[in-house]
Amino acid sequence: MTLQTVRPAMSPRRADRGLTRVTGAVADLFTTPHGADRFSELINPLWVRNEIRGRVVAARQQTMDTVSLTVRTNRAWPGFTAGQSVGVSVEVDGVLQTRYYSPAGSQHGPARELEFTIRVNPGGVVSPVLAATVGQPGLVLRLTPPRGTFTLPTPRPDRLLLLSGGSGITPVMSMLRTLVDEGHQGKLAFLHYADDADDVPYREELEAIQRRRPDLDVVLAYTAPGAGGGLPGLFTGERLAAAVPWYFGAHTYLCGPPPLAAAVQDHFRVVGLLDRLHVERFTLGIGPISADDAASGGTITFRRSGISVADDGSTLLEQAERAGLDGRRGCGMGICFRCVQVKHSGRVHNVISGRDHDDPDEEVQICVGVPVGDVELDL
Amino acid sequence: MTDTVIPPAPPLIPGDTLPAGLYTLRHDLDPDQVEALGRELDDLNRRQRQSLGAADADYIRRVMRAQKALAIGGRALFYVGFFPPAWIAGVLALGAAKIIDNMEIGHNVMHGQYDWMRDPAVNSQTFEWDNVCPAEQWRYTHNVVHHTNTNILRKDGDLGYGSFRVTPRQRWRPYYLGNLAYAAILGTLFEWGVAMHGLDLPGRIAGRRTREQNRPLVRQFRRKAARQVLKDYVLFPVLTGPLFLSTLAGNAAANVVRNVWAFLVIACGHFPDGSVVFDHNQIGQENRGMWYVRQIVTSTNIRGGRLIHLMTGNLSLHIEHHLFPDLPARRYLAVSHEVQDICRRYGIPYKTGPMYRQVGSVLKHLARLSLPTR
Repeated sequence: MTLQTVRPAMSPRRADRGLTRVTGAVADLFTTPHGADRFSELINPLWVRNEIRGRVVAARQQTMDTVSLTVRTNRAWPGFTAGQSVGVSVEVDGVLQTRYYSPAGSQHGPARELEFTIRVNPGGVVSPVLAATVGQPGLVLRLTPPRGTFTLPTPRPDRLLLLSGGSGITPVMSMLRTLVDEGHQGKLAFLHYADDADDVPYREELEAIQRRRPDLDVVLAYTAPGAGGGLPGLFTGERLAAAVPWYFGAHTYLCGPPPLAAAVQDHFRVVGLLDRLHVERFTLGIGPISADDAASGGTITFRRSGISVADDGSTLLEQAERAGLDGRRGCGMGICFRCVQVKHSGRVHNVISGRDHDDPDEEVQICVGVPVGDVELDL
Repeated sequence: MTDTVIPPAPPLIPGDTLPAGLYTLRHDLDPDQVEALGRELDDLNRRQRQSLGAADADYIRRVMRAQKALAIGGRALFYVGFFPPAWIAGVLALGAAKIIDNMEIGHNVMHGQYDWMRDPAVNSQTFEWDNVCPAEQWRYTHNVVHHTNTNILRKDGDLGYGSFRVTPRQRWRPYYLGNLAYAAILGTLFEWGVAMHGLDLPGRIAGRRTREQNRPLVRQFRRKAARQVLKDYVLFPVLTGPLFLSTLAGNAAANVVRNVWAFLVIACGHFPDGSVVFDHNQIGQENRGMWYVRQIVTSTNIRGGRLIHLMTGNLSLHIEHHLFPDLPARRYLAVSHEVQDICRRYGIPYKTGPMYRQVGSVLKHLARLSLPTR
């Protein structure tokens, strides 16, 4: 029996200063083994030292299908860098569901305040709950520490192009606001693709920034026919050169839906500018897959072991053991939870419960889990 | 059509007091019936799991809140512990809080019953309970060993915990004359017994585990036990100033209350007269149906009201727990009707009875086993 356990991702406690650390340790000793958090949170859900939590203090409709939330966090929030994303968890029907959003505010804004702008998917699980906070603040959220490498370097490049489409506007909006706060003097262009003018979150603010800083290039490109705007039509290299002639010497930060991202990356590859292009990945949900395939034809990646195998249709535990890994086999039948592993991505079908596990960084019992498509396990 | 073989019924040995039907049970069922039984129970489990939601999450949170209130109330009463009724009330309240923490909350959370909530506070891999035994070690001996090898002699360490005799299949030795005493001592100090069980003390004594192998476990146990001892026998007594000794005694008594109650409940689950214990060579490759049958015949229920179910952590519904260990325990009462119906249709005895009768049966059984079997 080993002492290794799989722990759910918990945020690190921010370095407490001396007295806080001592009182915290004493409080934890008096409440051992559960810890003081389990008591203090009963008085106020944000009063926890070991987890980042926040409360929606304001929520407003941004465009027809996006909503902007202002979240006040607790002391555990470590601050973020413009462009990073945060896991936001909310309890829906007893289950904590997590989605990743990029704070849209300047990184120099109020220390414990975050702004999220989210697209509402009417058939979704999380976004309708978040959207319901409009006019009804107070929802408590759990947050992960900020993550991601889609950030601006320091010192800031002289020439910057921030390119976005749809709900990809949030990380680059954060970058723009940050640069404006810093009084950035270099050349800066903000190019955003949307269907039409009504579809642009922060449109008034963007227009106000343009008026205050005529040296910046704020370009709103509308793709719907007849929508007008500064740069009509879909993305092309020529249109980009027309709107931002100096983009060759700039670092470009791109965040947008796959068609836009693909078009931009293709163009930058052709003109040899890929080393100056920084892209933020969009994680897409997995669509319906027929559940009756014997072997799904995917690949199983074992992250920490650094190996991959082709899926042969048997359980993840069997395939891990055949690959020479120790899957911590317990009962082998899905009741003892000894073999639980974190599934970073992909879909795993539980043959006992019949459920499919789709979410990123989700724990699964590998002795009764069968991969559907590509799966990445932490093992 | 399955090709699994149901092992032949073992011969009755002297001292076995089982009704004839139980031991010939698996002859009465042919492989197809066993497989059908497996499918019915799998289906029941799946239906229950698909309906898990806010009600279950709210329930465990309510229980956790109530448990904390009881613990705070109990510890507060020791501030007036010089007044005997307050001291007794403190012992009962704190004892009840520890019982609920260990059984309805701890045992069930650590079975993974609430892992689907994805809340780290009720996750089986990170939950720690108010008990000197480290959660991780208990989870191994309980979830992996006891639930997989339920009532298989020499594999299920819970059969007597290596200290007393629970089946005539354990060969009698003069040591066993003290059977009831050993059980009583273990019951009084049960949390320490569970910790020793987690360290596989019987295995160490028998030489199956070396000191080197046990070193990290011992380290883990020492740390857990130190914090528990510090909390119950130093910190809170000191806090009550001149009532130090009274609070210390009260906390110790509360731990004993939890120990004895938990031990009795667990003993009722597997040790009453008539419990089936298998030899390890009787169990070959089990399919799900066979595993289910073994879980039913080796478990016994306690009949009672909602308070009994809460205070036993729903281990009163032991058969249901052994069938569906990772189903939130509050569901066991609801599924018990269907389980009883399935047992009736397949002719499997479903053993239940009021608590006093089950405890009495355990004591009678252990007493009889302290003597050499005829």
